[in-house]
Parts: sequence; C-alpha cells; structure tokens
Amino acid sequence: MTPMVDTFAVILIFLMLTATMSSPEPATISTPYSISEKPTPDFNAMSFLLSADGKVFVNFDNGPDTLLKFRPKILAEMGKRYGIEFTEAEYREFEKYPSSLGVPISQMKSFLDAKDAATRKEFQVGIPMDSTDNQLAMWIQYARTVNPAIQAVIRGDTQTEFPVVKRVLDILQELNVKRFSLITSLEAIKINLEEIQQ
Amino acid sequence: MAEIIQQEKGKGGKKRAKRILPHMDMTPMVDLMMLLITFFMLTTSMAKAKVMDITLPDKITDPNQKAPVIAAYRTLNIILGPENKLYWYPGGVKPEDYNNLPPLNETDFSPTGVRQLLLERNRALFKKINDFNQQFISGKLEISQDSLAGAIRTLKNVDDTGPIVLIKAYKAANYGNFVDILDEMNICGIARYTFVDIAWYEEKMVEFASGGASASATSSN
Repeated sequence: MTPMVDTFAVILIFLMLTATMSSPEPATISTPYSISEKPTPDFNAMSFLLSADGKVFVNFDNGPDTLLKFRPKILAEMGKRYGIEFTEAEYREFEKYPSSLGVPISQMKSFLDAKDAATRKEFQVGIPMDSTDNQLAMWIQYARTVNPAIQAVIRGDTQTEFPVVKRVLDILQELNVKRFSLITSLEAIKINLEEIQQ
Repeated sequence: MAEIIQQEKGKGGKKRAKRILPHMDMTPMVDLMMLLITFFMLTTSMAKAKVMDITLPDKITDPNQKAPVIAAYRTLNIILGPENKLYWYPGGVKPEDYNNLPPLNETDFSPTGVRQLLLERNRALFKKINDFNQQFISGKLEISQDSLAGAIRTLKNVDDTGPIVLIKAYKAANYGNFVDILDEMNICGIARYTFVDIAWYEEKMVEFASGGASASATSSN
C-alpha cells in the first residue's frame, strides 16, 4: 500500500506544479493548426480573442512582475480617456480578472462591481471597434503606452468570418503594430522531395 | 530505583501492546489522492499553444508614395474564396484588361492542391533548404539551431527565382483559411509572401468563378 501511496503523492505533486490553470474564456475557440513550434509568450502580451460569432475580446497581462500592475494602469488610462472614475476595489478586481474582456468601457464599472460570473457574462458583448467608437484602438494604444514591450497575439476561431479579422488587422496596422503572432495548435507536416518531383 | 524497575515490570504487558505499530487506514487518503490526480490530469493542458509570427507591410498613407513594383512573371496571386476554396492567377491585371479579366484557377488546401502549386514554383529554393536541413540532421554540418535558422533566412533572402505570393482574402473566407495559407507558405519555404487587400476586380473575378452565387449580395462594391 505505502509504495502506491508514495507514487500517487509524487504524481499529484508533479501535476499540481505543472498545472497551468486555464481560465475559462468568454467564448470557446477552436484554434487552427500550423507547423510553427514557437511557444506563446508568458507575459508582455496583449491578446485578441476573435470568436466565431464575430465578437472581439481583449486581454493583457500584468507584465513580467506582478508589482508592475500593468492592467490597472491600462484601465486608469482608459478611464481618463472616457471620463470614468474607477474605485480602488474596481482596479483590484480588474487586476486579477483572469480571462479576456469584451466589455464596452461604459459598462465596465457595472461589470467590475458585479459579484457572480453569470451577471458578468451578460456584459461580455465584445469590444466596439467601428469607426465612430473605436474602443479597441484605444485599448491597444494605452496598452502600448503603459507597456512598450507588449506584443500583439491574435487568437481566432477557425470559423471566424474574415471581415472581423481584417478589421482587427487594419486597426493594428493603423496603430503601427506590424508584427504580431497568431495562436495555433501544433500539427506536424513532413514533405519530401519525391513528392514534388511528380 | 527498585520501585521504578518493578513498576516497569508491572506495566510490561501494556508496553508490549503499545509497541505494535498503530495501524492507520489509508484508504480514504488514497481515494482523495486519486480524485485529485484525476482532476488535475483532466484540467491541465500539457501542450502549450504555439504562435505563428507574421509581419504586415506598412500602410501607404502618403498619396504620393507608390506601391513597390514587383516582377509580374514571378507574381502569384492567391485569393481565399468562400467555402474553403482557393483561387489563383499568375501575374497582374493591367487597367486596360478590366473588361477582360483573366480566368481564375481553382484549387484547395489539400497536399495535391495549393502545396503542389507552390512547390512546383519554388522547387529550387525548397531543394536548397531541404538539402541544408538534411545535412544538419545527418550531422555533416555542425552548427547551432540558431545559425541554421539564420542560414535558411539568408537562403531565402538571396533567392531570386521563387514566386512572390500575394495573399488576398475574399469577404466570405474565414480565419482558418488565413492561417492555413500562411502555414502553407512556411511549409513550402516561400521566401517572399505578403498579405494585401483584395482589389475590386479580384472580388469580381471570384464572384464570376464561384458561379455568381454570392454576386448579388456583394454587388455594392
């Protein structure tokens, strides 16, 4: 019995240490496949989630050191831009909110004050990004002012309609973000010379 | 002292009973551990997501600035069409041809489709990269992984025979197609490719090629 318990304990500790808690995203995304083997960055990333129904969600990290508190700083800049004052508790709530946000800035206060996940889910309608109210561009701009080392990462669903992707790419291009990464799952493809001699 | 010894002797029977190791029932603990292991095994995603880097060209905002001129004979236009279809045509379209647009060739994402097309045009460069990789794998070439990547980049930079691929997307395409075609560029070792906006005449060509099914919905452009 004891050796078995020991083995279990070792496996359990290993799994607990390697576990990366995947926070539930507001939309389920099935990523496309590619041969790229480059891992996703752990920090200094702003990710754009493009759901299959055309909504756009953003997410930022707190930077390489949590003391840097990039997230509340970005929210503070957004608040200044749109004339919304957030309380200390709301900044804290925003700092530790684990998944992507698709909340228009006018709803952000009620979103952060909401207590349960079900109420919060109703606020996740996607970031507005039309030319009259381009909040996505503002988020990108302030994220880059607060953290100049930030990289853009796009995480789209295979079924996302191209015009949505194009719009996000255009906004990035207009803000001079020309290098970015697309999140994919790994799929090994081997081709050999014989194949192309046909 | 004598008393104490006697006391010990007197409690000898009790002491022996204490010496038996206390038997603990470990089954609940094992059950709990099993449960936790199962939970962690199911929730952890071992494979970390990968990223594919892409670089977009500068947006031309200055009206006096002209788009870079590329050789028409090396140009290959690939248009992502509706229903996971791909259309391609070589060269460019001159303004005087607007009434007489070239026909589009249809292909798909299968290995015999677009990959074949790209490899045929990129054979020289692909062979060079492949030879280089083979030498590296077989140990004939002893360089680090980084300098291998650098050497392949140099091979791509000096290449002047491979196609220049312009990727365009029709509005009915999806994100999966976009990633797939960029992936195809990496697989085939295409040195020069970029993603550009689709032109109005190309949209027309796609509508014509796909049988006019979506023509009425998009005629506003």
